[in-house]
Amino acid sequence: MPIDIQHDEVQRLVAAGAQLVDVLPRAEYDTEHIAGAINIPLKELDAQSTAILDRDRPVIVYCWDLL
Amino acid sequence: MSPRAAWRLESLGFPQVYEYAAGEADWLAYGLPSEGPDADTPRAGQIARRDVPTCSLQERLGEIRDRVAAAGWDEFLVVNDQQVVLGRLRSAALEASADATAEAVMEPGPTTTRPDEPLARIVSRLRDKHVDRIIVTTPDGRLVGIAERRTAERVLAQREGTEEDHD
Repeated sequence: MPIDIQHDEVQRLVAAGAQLVDVLPRAEYDTEHIAGAINIPLKELDAQSTAILDRDRPVIVYCWDLL
Repeated sequence: MSPRAAWRLESLGFPQVYEYAAGEADWLAYGLPSEGPDADTPRAGQIARRDVPTCSLQERLGEIRDRVAAAGWDEFLVVNDQQVVLGRLRSAALEASADATAEAVMEPGPTTTRPDEPLARIVSRLRDKHVDRIIVTTPDGRLVGIAERRTAERVLAQREGTEEDHD
């Protein structure tokens, strides 16, 4: 079950090697995104697109806000 | 969107999936680092004065007034022990009885903005309201500082000048 975390935990996990994934559309990611995040848009999230992720490290996903 | 993405990753066999549901809006509001063309947009958090004096609900005006003068400000913000902004004491309120508590004379629930608010929007809002300052807090209400309109205008003017130099 995915665990909901806050920004301080994001920072801690990323510092420890977690992968940060922005799931917004490419154009929104290109405009601005959290430093160090990669982009895999939600609509493209599948086995092929996620092959770039390391399964042995935590993955943190985010979009713009709660909505 | 992110809950669906998190569940999808789990379904794809990722064993350690976290969801930052508050997202980029929250991240920027805390003034944390970002990348991309919009990342250098000047924002409220960059100009917020952190030296604004604060007091607690139960402090009495007699004590507060001395600190106001020493701090060189004409107002105080009323905060709790978590630094959450509960009220504002402007100069007129500070003239009340020395025995009055901050709670008794403060303006409760003052207008605030987030650190990620672009300065251009801040200036527009402050001009529309004919005010010179706005309190900057984190999304959970903790004090960051006070953003002043004249500072925001100066930063924007300098930025425009820099951009024109590059054209």
